[in-house]
This record gives sequence, C-alpha cells and structure tokens, in this order.
Amino acid sequence: MPVRSLVSYSIDRVEVLDPQGVVDEALMPDLDPGEIMRLYEHMVLTRRFDERMFKLQRQGRLGTFARVAGQEGAQVGAAFALRPDDWLVPAFRETGALLWRGLSMTQILQYWSGDERGGAFPKELRTLPVAIPVGTHMLHAVGIAWAMKQAGEQVAVLTFFGEGATSEGDFSEAMNMASVFNVPVVFFCQNNQYAISVPYTKQTASPTVAQKALAYGMFGVQVDGNDVFAVYRVTKEALERARTGSEPTLIEAHTYRVTDHTTSDDARRYRTDEEVGLWRGRDPIERLARYLKTQGSLDEAGEAGILADADQKVAEAVAAFEAIPPPGPEEIFKHVFAEMPPQLVEQQAALMARLARRR
Amino acid sequence: MGTRIMSYAEAVADALKIEMRRDPRVYIAGEDVGRFGGSFGVTGYGVFAEFGPERVRDTPISETAIVGHAVGAAAAGLRPAIEILFMDFLLIAMDELCNQAAKVHYLFGGQLKCPLVLRTAVGAGMGTAAHHSQSLEAMLCHTAGLITIAPATPYDVKGLLSSAIRDDNPVVFLEHKMLYAQKGEVPEGEYLIPIGRADIKREGSDVTLVCWSGMVRQCLAAAEDLEKEGISAEVLDLRTLIPLDKEAILESVAKTHRLAIVHEACLTGGFGGEIASIVADKGFDLLDAPIKRVAGPDTPVPFSPVLEAEFIVKADKIAAAVRELLG
Ligand SMILES: Cc1ncc(C[n+]2csc(CCOP(=O)(O)OP(=O)(O)O)c2C)c(N)n1
Repeated sequence: MPVRSLVSYSIDRVEVLDPQGVVDEALMPDLDPGEIMRLYEHMVLTRRFDERMFKLQRQGRLGTFARVAGQEGAQVGAAFALRPDDWLVPAFRETGALLWRGLSMTQILQYWSGDERGGAFPKELRTLPVAIPVGTHMLHAVGIAWAMKQAGEQVAVLTFFGEGATSEGDFSEAMNMASVFNVPVVFFCQNNQYAISVPYTKQTASPTVAQKALAYGMFGVQVDGNDVFAVYRVTKEALERARTGSEPTLIEAHTYRVTDHTTSDDARRYRTDEEVGLWRGRDPIERLARYLKTQGSLDEAGEAGILADADQKVAEAVAAFEAIPPPGPEEIFKHVFAEMPPQLVEQQAALMARLARRR
Repeated sequence: MGTRIMSYAEAVADALKIEMRRDPRVYIAGEDVGRFGGSFGVTGYGVFAEFGPERVRDTPISETAIVGHAVGAAAAGLRPAIEILFMDFLLIAMDELCNQAAKVHYLFGGQLKCPLVLRTAVGAGMGTAAHHSQSLEAMLCHTAGLITIAPATPYDVKGLLSSAIRDDNPVVFLEHKMLYAQKGEVPEGEYLIPIGRADIKREGSDVTLVCWSGMVRQCLAAAEDLEKEGISAEVLDLRTLIPLDKEAILESVAKTHRLAIVHEACLTGGFGGEIASIVADKGFDLLDAPIKRVAGPDTPVPFSPVLEAEFIVKADKIAAAVRELLG
C-alpha cells in the first residue's frame, strides 16, 4: 500500500502598502482619494482618542481599559470594509472600530468610566458591546450570522479577537460551527503577539493563526496588520464572500500592541524596549501618511489640521462625558430582567427605604 | 516559630513555596503566573523566582485546559495547584470542575483520586464589573465531591492553603481580591489549619454573625459599632464552607439565641439559605428571633461605583439587620 499525501497546505500573506509608503498597484484596493483621506482621519482620531483616554485614566477619571495604539491599521481597516447593515461583534480593544460604526466617543468614555449605561449601544448600529470574558463572543457572531441567514438578509458578521482568544475552546467551536452551518462570519484575529504577558509562541505552536482555518475547511489568510490597504482589501473580499456565498473566513492581521495590555499592566516586565521600538517604527498611521504625502494629498499643514480637528472632537466628547450625572443607587435593579419580578420589586423597595433613612 | 507581618497575597505565596519545597509533585499552572508573577501578584512573591517555569507554568488562555489537564495530572500522581484568575472565568471550566474533578473519586470507586487545588479570586469592590466580581461559592457547595474554602485573614489563608494542597480531594480555594493587600501576623514556617473548622473572630453574647471571606471584616466592623449601642455580637468565620462546621454554628447560636448570616453573594440561592435551614432544623428551640440573611441584591455586580457600593454588604446594613433582630 503506498502512502499518499492527502492534504498539504499553504497560507498567503497579503501586503499592499510597504513601510516606505509605496503601494503595490496590482493589489491596491478600489478606494477613491476621499475614502483614503477618511481612513487616515479616522485612524488619527482613534489614536488621539486613545491617548486622551489614557490620560483620563491616569487622572482617575476613567477605569481600566485596553488601548488600541499600534493596531489602528488592523481594526479601522477592517471596520471600514463593513456596510452599515453588516454586524460587528468586538472583543474589548476595538475602540477604533466602534467609533467607525457610529458609536459616540462620549458613550465609550461613559462605559469605561464604569457606567453600564454606556454599554447600551444603539441597536440600529448592529454593533455588540465589548466582550469581557475572552473568546465568548465569537460564538455569538456565529449565531447572529445564522439568524441573518434565516431572515434572508444578505449581510455579514465581522468579529474581532486576539491571538490569545484562539486558545479558548470557544474559538474552535465557533469556527467549526460556522463552517458546518455555512454562515456569513468573518473571524478577524488581531494577532498583536502578546496576551497580557504571554507571547505568541507560548500561546500556540502553530506558525500562523491563519492556518487554523484549514482544519475547519475554511479559507484562512494572513495580512500585514499595519498595512491598512491590505487589511481593507482582504476584509472586503471576505465580507463579500460571506454576503453572497454565506462563506466564513479567518483573517489573521499580524500586528503589535505597542502599549501595555491595559492601563493596569506594565509591559516592561515581559518585553524589551528594542522590540517595542522596532514596532513603533512600523506605525500604521505614519505609513499611510507617507503614502498620502507622496501622492501629494497631504502636507504638514494638512496633517496638523487633521490632528487639531481630532483633538477638538475629543475635547468636546470629554466635556459631554463629564457632564453626565452618575446613576442613582436604585438603578441597580434596572435591566436585570425584561420585567422586574416580585422578588426584585421587594428588594428595590427595601433599598429605597434604606436610602430614605440615610437621608 | 517566628512570626512576620505579611499581606494575604504574601501568605498565599508563602504556603505555595512551603508546599512546593516539601513535595516535588506540587506545581502551579495558570494564566500569567510565570515571570509576570500573576495578575494579583501572588506568584511574584518569590514563587516563580524559586521554582522557575517548569513548576510555575504559564498556560494558553483556556480555563477548560487549566482545570481539565489538572484532573488528569492529579489522577496520575501530581498535585496541581492551579490558578483561575477570576472566579467568573471558572464558569467556562465548570464541566471539568463539577462533572469531572468532583466525581473522579466516586466514579472510579476510589481507585483514582483528584488532589488538585484551584485558587481563584472572588468578590467585588475593585470596580471590575459584572464579569470580574462575582462570589459564586453556592454553585460549588451544591456540587458533591468538592471542598470549598474561603479564608479571610493572612493567618488563615496560609494555614488552610497548606492543608488544601495536602488534601486528597479537589479543593476550590477562594481568595477575596479586596483582601490581598490586608496585612496580619503570620508564622514564618509551616503550620496547618484543619479544613472544616470555623473560627470565632470575636466573642459575643447577643447575636451570632456567621460569615466568611470578605464579609468577615464587615461583620467585625458592624460588631464594633453595635458594641457602642450595648449589643454584643459574636463573629463566626466559617473559613471552610464544605465541609461545614455545623457544631460551631449551633454552639454559637446556643449562646446568643439570634442569628444573622452575612454573605456578599446574591441573596437568592446563596449559601446562607443552607445555613439558615440547618439552624431552623437543628436549632429551632435555641432561637429567640427569626433568622436573618444579609446578602447582596439579586443583580449582577454593577460596574458603576455608585451601584457597586450599593451592591456590597457593608457594616451599616449588617448592624441594621441586627437591630431588627433585637428590636
Ligand atoms: C475567559 C477569560 N480568561 C482570562 C481573561 C483575562 N484576560 C483578559 S485579556 C487577556 C489576554 C487576551 O489576549 P488576546 O486574546 O490576544 O487579546 P489582546 O489583549 O492581545 O488584544 C486575558 C488573559 C479574561 N478576560 N477572560
């Protein structure tokens, strides 16, 4: 009996915009100059907002949150490919994608300040709130895609997660079910190479995340996550396949988290300044700026104007956020059930009585 | 034996080090427990430094794998001391814990044992919202085969963790995150506190406050306030929930004739109900007043600081319940 090879594999990596800001014309996605400028502006806004949030956190005005810095190319590029009627199912680091979907900075600030009212994302945005337990939300994306398919809506679901999340059983289970059900989900892994302190090589022995798709009979591809054109191109194609052929895809955006894991981490405990410096040099926003400058669509004055505009928007949002009064203690019972059962009505009455005595 | 002032977190680390020196089969596995030192800093107190990455293992992010592999490792002769960062994430591994770890000994007719210890952080108070703040001990107590320990002081946490690691049953060891920084006097060498033994943290004669974990502090504060009003409250810290020290509860109630059970977890289905029913059954004639439960509301733990403060049972709420009992 001969031994025959049954399967062999290869995984593509897509790059369009090189570090010098030069594009591969053959692969350049179909974006007009206005759209490219909007992409750039949104990445800048995401960066400035993230930086301002960090300052607010250090001043004690926000709670712990996970920063975007360095990953704007991956998450803004992917979100940009969505249509408004598609769904977005984020993890917890996707501030840039949430903003693009139309969520207000004020609401995002409200949420991370520790106010659950900020979690009430307007339903029409088809954007789920942040997922705190790692990995659980990928399954929700599969369910949403199934529901959309049942409803006959030709839309796609994009779900974000980190490479760390691929170690949870939920990832494999979601991938498997998506393939077996043949539902329109795009699994978008931002491989930023660290899950808190644990580096990629201690998370998985797989050379790429993308190849994990093959085990489920799914298409998988890696993309340079700091190359916004490549990310956009690959995601757009995947979303299109999902909408028209109800086919799931796994995209691995190879990127790097240049800041701490969250505001309560100190990444110097587990990685070197040299490594971080190397990746700071591959900044996705600067790369796009180089492209725009060689195209003649951006100069220093234009750059400064975009920054000032972003800062203005951020300042307005911060002011609006700070004007929000805190919830009253009795709100603790709100939204626990669709309708408050007698047991909670009783507990709420007891709380009100206690509050009245306290006053 | 000399004593030293150390924090609750250091006391946990101390027990881990002592047990790992004593028994080469003991090892640690969990997320970010290695060089990083653990998200609450526990293995950072010299545990990783002394035992290195083979015995203090970082795992991929998979709670199911952390608990499930430990069941196998324990059955095959190792003694895993695993860490699940937040008890909330233990829910992901509930099958491995409640269906597997808890039942291995039973299902294999005692041929296999499951001597694992699962340490996990519980409780609210840090503004960490609905998914990082729960106290889910009632779920564990409802599972036959699991030992559940919830110490409240540095002294207790060290002595009980040593006992837990030496115990041949699966033990869930609940560490309240608001206690990690709390300091107390702790013996430097090894000592064991028996599992299943409650401890009177303050003697009193008018009312018994049964509590554990983060609520012990609140009960002590309430007892102090009540003393100013001439009410003498006994604070009985259970320390271990399963096996439960029923005798200690009944003895205290025999002395005080009044009982309030205080827990941070939601009221409904909480472990307080179990204690109340035992006392109603075995101590009915001892009681001069109905049994009170003082517990969290039946809601998720809120993110908002205003609401979280309302969620957590504090001394004033406990004292008010006691006044009602005596009123
Ligand atoms: C189920 C669960 N386990 C553990 C954690 C603690 N935790 C929060 S973020 C994180 C790392 C996540 O890494 P990755 O998925 O790569 O995303 P990244 O933070 O790099 O964006 C961990 C372990 C959690 N939130 N949920």
